Amino acid sequence: MNLTLKIWRQKNASDKGKMVDYKINDVSPDMSFLEMLDVLNTQLIESGDEPVAFDHDCREGICGMCSLYINGEAHGPDRGVTTCQLHMRKFKDGDTIYIEPFRAKAFPVIKDLVVDRSSFDRIQHAGGFISVNTSGNTQDANAIPINKENADKAFDAATCIGCGACVATCKNSSAMLYVSAKVSQFALLPQGQVEATDRVLNMVKQMDEEGFGNCTNTGACEVECPKGISLENIARMNTEFLKASLKG
Amino acid sequence: MATLDSKTPKGPIADKWTNHKNKINLVNPANKRLIDVIVVGTGLAGGSAAATLAELGYNVKAFCFQDSPRRAHSIAAQGGINAAKNYQGDGDSTYRLFYDTVKGGDYRSREANVYRLAEVSANIIDQCVAQGVPFARDYGGLLDNRSFGGVLVSRTFYAKGQTGQQLLLGAYSAMNRQIGRGKIKMYNRHEMLDVVVVDGKARGIIARNLVTGEIERHSAHAVVLGTGGYGNVFFLSTNAMGSNVTAAWKAHKKGAYFANPCYTQIHPTCIPVSGDHQSKLTLMSESLRNDGRIWVPKKMEDVKAIREGNLKPTQIAEEDRDYYLERRYPAFGNLVPRDVASRAAKERCDAGFGVNATGEAVYLDFASAIQRYGKEQATIKGLNVNDAALVKKLGQEVVKNKYGNLFQMYEKIVDEDPYETPMMIYPAVHYTMGGVWVDYNLMTTVPGLYAIGEANFSDHGANRLGASALMQGLADGYFVLPYTIGDYLADDIRTGPISTETPEFDEAEKNVRATIDKFVNNNGTKSVDYFHKRLGKIMWNKVGMSRNEQGLKEAIEEISALRAEFYSDVRVPGGANEYNEELAKAGRVADFLELGELFAKDALNRTESCGGHFREESVELDGPQKGEALRNDKEFAYVSAWEYKGEPKDAVLHKEELEFNDIELKQRSYK
Repeated sequence: MNLTLKIWRQKNASDKGKMVDYKINDVSPDMSFLEMLDVLNTQLIESGDEPVAFDHDCREGICGMCSLYINGEAHGPDRGVTTCQLHMRKFKDGDTIYIEPFRAKAFPVIKDLVVDRSSFDRIQHAGGFISVNTSGNTQDANAIPINKENADKAFDAATCIGCGACVATCKNSSAMLYVSAKVSQFALLPQGQVEATDRVLNMVKQMDEEGFGNCTNTGACEVECPKGISLENIARMNTEFLKASLKG
Repeated sequence: MATLDSKTPKGPIADKWTNHKNKINLVNPANKRLIDVIVVGTGLAGGSAAATLAELGYNVKAFCFQDSPRRAHSIAAQGGINAAKNYQGDGDSTYRLFYDTVKGGDYRSREANVYRLAEVSANIIDQCVAQGVPFARDYGGLLDNRSFGGVLVSRTFYAKGQTGQQLLLGAYSAMNRQIGRGKIKMYNRHEMLDVVVVDGKARGIIARNLVTGEIERHSAHAVVLGTGGYGNVFFLSTNAMGSNVTAAWKAHKKGAYFANPCYTQIHPTCIPVSGDHQSKLTLMSESLRNDGRIWVPKKMEDVKAIREGNLKPTQIAEEDRDYYLERRYPAFGNLVPRDVASRAAKERCDAGFGVNATGEAVYLDFASAIQRYGKEQATIKGLNVNDAALVKKLGQEVVKNKYGNLFQMYEKIVDEDPYETPMMIYPAVHYTMGGVWVDYNLMTTVPGLYAIGEANFSDHGANRLGASALMQGLADGYFVLPYTIGDYLADDIRTGPISTETPEFDEAEKNVRATIDKFVNNNGTKSVDYFHKRLGKIMWNKVGMSRNEQGLKEAIEEISALRAEFYSDVRVPGGANEYNEELAKAGRVADFLELGELFAKDALNRTESCGGHFREESVELDGPQKGEALRNDKEFAYVSAWEYKGEPKDAVLHKEELEFNDIELKQRSYK
């Protein structure tokens, strides 16, 4: 199939940036979306132009490196997948596709479609851990049985890949789904209880300092999340935050 | 040819590690504050090492090329992590895990390292649970296990199909705690481009900031490489797009010997290549072979009809199917080790029985499992076991619970429903057992330079067992390196900070800049990928699943010629002082073009077949094992460690003789 691409090009963080049109022909429906961009880039390089910069690594939907806002949706039109798992069979011959970076105040553009998500890391530095040193003398892994339902829920929260689709899709650029996933994982496990108060307060404080917006419960994040992280986690984080604030 | 000293401690195998720990030098806590350590790579090995070294009090600088340490490719590991916990009471022990790993590696690993790996495996699970890693649990709240290929016990801990992700996020959280305390300084989007050696010791690295293009000097008292494997030398592999050999290769060029480069794991169950546009291959977990049966049609006319789209696999009668693994290996059937399963698939496809347009695919069929589980469920629920539709529905539900995420991944990529029609699979490059040579302390032949995880060579011999890569990465990073590195650093407590203003740093930086300048000013006509794909084709066709003398000799010549063409004709757009992914890729492919040649040279030298390395000249000619790989312990029970001498063709071979005192060398039989 033949397609028209409208792609955000921005030389660097201080450049203003603009949408640029490209034509691409003979796209196979079996290609992934990023492979389609690879083909475009090879064309650009061999004709002496600069390729389009975009983030990607594992290309199997788990590393969280790829992003892209495609036709107004984080990770494109398919559900439950990242951009690298999106295939061209979701598009039709003659389509025009708009490709933009994940936009948020806390995700400044580095170049073209590549954004800086280090704000996510800094939130984790503030409290996304359980303080246990490596010693080889840690108590036996089966010493504390954990209710299966809680273990499963902790796992579901922990599958967040930190891609930032929730922020990009939220009209307020809120990072509540992302932060709540980590807070929930530890809140549901006995190992996470000791530091629960400091954790939620510190992580929320850092989230606010990074310039993420507030949550207004539209639920768009849950819809666009490639890993299906549930809004329930935000409710749990709010509970944790309230408990911690009353203690503090 | 010199013989290498592994520095393996003396004494009974079960006491070696404990005795060694008791005798090596320690650095006191006040002095640790005066010592800097660089860790390159933040996967399971690098991430866990960085966190642990920082907990101990060292000043750590950690580097990754991704935008966050959490994205390292360990994250993509699916199936699980082995540990000799014996929670199932099925007779597991440290010794059994040790034995299975040495046997699975086809007797080409170092016994003492493998025993230590098995010994610390149980600690890993304790540590991860304490960090909040959500492993699968049973209804009693205790940890659940499953089985993997090549073993007789249930020792694999898992978190659905995302075990690597959960373990990496555990290591990442341990790192985050130390970053927050200022004990780790994290450098995201940085690529290491050289090791700096001062007075014979590794004292720092040259790194490029991938956002600004700036070339930076970083010094330390020791340098640790946790930079993963080099499967991307094949272009198509299950590795991430950015996975590369550059750090290990630069270390090799600075004096670190490179061991067993030809030991590559080709994983039998991956989604086949669909066309020339393909950028990577996707693995389907080994766990699928518990329930999937592998087959191709018996009749050539059926193969043709399938390829032309006139016949569906479900229409082929049971007696017209060749379940070739069950036929050839009745004892292990579909659960033979990875190297054996891969070669068997290739054998059938080479004979013309491949079931897709490219002729390189076999079926992995769940219909029998769906039937079996369906009938079981119908019986349990007291429903009609002769109701075919009901049985199928119930069976599909069971399969979905076990493998749902994998089936969904398959459907997204291939656009076929694996509940209704068999999956198509084909082997693909997955893991490299070879790597930087290290001694028992995980130190390379350059003093102060360490290699851990997949980057080193030590634990998996010529073939790695499933669920052992995660175990080794975390064992090295959490429990081995943090001890052994202290023995070396104990001599550095009075050294003081290492200056970056020395002739050695000047020289290293100058060389890095010269290479970069060459690329951006080359004005060739072809993209980096163009050369990478061509290298991949040579590797796959001549240095892939099956190798022979003639092909290997041709590969060496072809890779060498391709390298010359690459330097004269590659086009790298953009500048040196900006974000430039093509420039980063050019540097990585340049190193693959050298490694590839050494890889073929190593494969040519090793005229035996062992594990993932299959030489067509070395097969059993008769007897019950006819046609199987033939190992040659008399001449090849050694590690090939190559010393860099200018060009890959000039590399000099050093041997580490492998001693087997606790395990008897035997032919692996899965018949």
